Amino acid sequence: MELLVASAIGILTAGGLYLVLRLRTFPVILGISLLTYAVNIFLFTSGRLTTGAPPILRDGVNVYSDPLPQALVLTAIVISFGMTAVVVMIGLGAFLGSDDDHVDDQPETDEDHSEGTS
Amino acid sequence: MTHWIAVPIILPALVAPFIVLAARHHIGIQRVLSVSGVLALIAVACGLAMQSADGTITLYQMGDWAAPFGIVLVADQLSTMMVLLTAVLALFVLLYAIGSGWDERGWHFHALFQFQLMGIMGAFLTGDLFNLFVFFEVLLIASYGLMIHAGGNARLRAGVQYVLFNLIGSTLFLFALGSIYAETGTLNMADLANRVAQIGAEETVGIRVAAVLLLLVFAIKAALVPLHFWLPSSYAEAPAPVAALFAIMTKVGAYAIIRVYTMIFPPDLDVTAGLHDLWMLPAALVSLAVGMIGVLAAKKLDRLVAFSVIGSMGMVMVAISLFTPGSIAAALYYIVHSTLAGAALFLIADLVRTGRANLDLTLQPTVAGNSLTAALFFTGAIAMAGLPPLSGFLGKLLVLDAAFDSDLVVWIWVIVLSSSLVSILGFARAGSILFWKAHSVEATDETDALPRPNMLSYVSVGGLILLLAAHTVFAGQVHGYTTTMAKHLFAPEPYISTVLDAPGKLSEPTEGDH
Repeated sequence: MELLVASAIGILTAGGLYLVLRLRTFPVILGISLLTYAVNIFLFTSGRLTTGAPPILRDGVNVYSDPLPQALVLTAIVISFGMTAVVVMIGLGAFLGSDDDHVDDQPETDEDHSEGTS
Repeated sequence: MTHWIAVPIILPALVAPFIVLAARHHIGIQRVLSVSGVLALIAVACGLAMQSADGTITLYQMGDWAAPFGIVLVADQLSTMMVLLTAVLALFVLLYAIGSGWDERGWHFHALFQFQLMGIMGAFLTGDLFNLFVFFEVLLIASYGLMIHAGGNARLRAGVQYVLFNLIGSTLFLFALGSIYAETGTLNMADLANRVAQIGAEETVGIRVAAVLLLLVFAIKAALVPLHFWLPSSYAEAPAPVAALFAIMTKVGAYAIIRVYTMIFPPDLDVTAGLHDLWMLPAALVSLAVGMIGVLAAKKLDRLVAFSVIGSMGMVMVAISLFTPGSIAAALYYIVHSTLAGAALFLIADLVRTGRANLDLTLQPTVAGNSLTAALFFTGAIAMAGLPPLSGFLGKLLVLDAAFDSDLVVWIWVIVLSSSLVSILGFARAGSILFWKAHSVEATDETDALPRPNMLSYVSVGGLILLLAAHTVFAGQVHGYTTTMAKHLFAPEPYISTVLDAPGKLSEPTEGDH
């Protein structure tokens, strides 16, 4: 199970990073979504992987699953969901406004291309 | 009354929805509510700062749950100083937004402003790393709304870049938190300080990765080169009052670095050996140089100010990455100065914008309201470039003085002094084009029609400049205060014992570990 989960995180992160480095807004947003999936699974596994173990202390049980990472994941999921919605709306507004969905500043629209910005 | 610690977070959190629900169609009522909320915030922040001035550390347990399990808010000297700085800055920025009419150019300015304040206050007060992440997100999501306030294509494009960059930063933060939790089983800062110190020498791989990831996250917030690319476009395109409020946001990153890397990963810890002097210090020096060269190279006034913010953050980070009590004291003094000076300059750039066709640094007729705006610009520029007599000069002296014991002292002195010269050249060039040479250009009818900035705008910018002057006059007292603060930061035992030994629900540990 460790191998499966670890490679799932790895593949999601790799795919996410590749998409984040793309030129246009839509693949970048997809990439960020993949990255957030990866980080959610990663957070989930930070409490160690156990199956069928109760998260609450009770008598006669020796193996527990850690409930805290699950709470953390819930928070992270809600936040990343909201953030993705926001970035989709802003990206859509920018695309509809300028008819161009490049993520980086374009030389022709950005004449004041000063040092260090991209 | 320890409940007061929660007020800086609760108060804006109540004012904001009230503005949205009850006053959304009445800009006058919004303004009154927002200003009175910020005034109350200043009063509470003053009370908290006085309470912690003698080194008292106050703890607030959410829902009375004891520390490693519940979320705690902690007010020590550093947090309360940053809270007070935020509240005071917010008042002047808000007055400017009202005076210049920026708050009328889009929806929900005041509500988003209050949510932003809530996030910043929470980030300064929390004693839990995951809670820090949550407050980062609160301040970020409010800042996304503020950043694209009043719309416009250029602003939306810059907004997309800003949001995407910060989303990646947040993801990185979660990766860092996951690794820390996997290694230590806790996310409470005081508890982490104890547990990280106990990790054996052979088992440090995970925690090393976590420490570096966390530093990267905070470096993105603090706009440390090479993670500064989000800052120039977004700060230049953001509405002026928003950019001025954002001046405190880079300091949230600096605050988090000071807090985490004095308490959880102190400089003498083997796990993070080399992180400060080998990586952070050169990066900070490069930020300083890049920022100030950007000041000289900028073709627009708003970009110039944005690059000067990068440069001054570089200066702050140079002082922080030396990690001695003296250098942290200097950094804290400089943080206050750099916040006020950066905010004032963004507002002044908007004063110029009001009376001019655009912000390009090319010859154009004189700015409406020329003399007063010019005087403010030169005072702000003197402060930011670090010329005597204002606090930038004193802060720079303190940083240089603190660098004496470092191995890289020659590098620090050379880069700090030469980048100061470059920034003086940059500001002098901008100022002479904007205000001085402009007299040689004939005014046209169009430029005559441009309005002078509102009186309230001048009052708020003048107020920030007066605060800078006060920061200079009372430099002795302020530096004395930051020195004791730094001393307490490097001896975190009272902080840790206050947090962990306070009774609350579940105060008796029933299991040894998680």
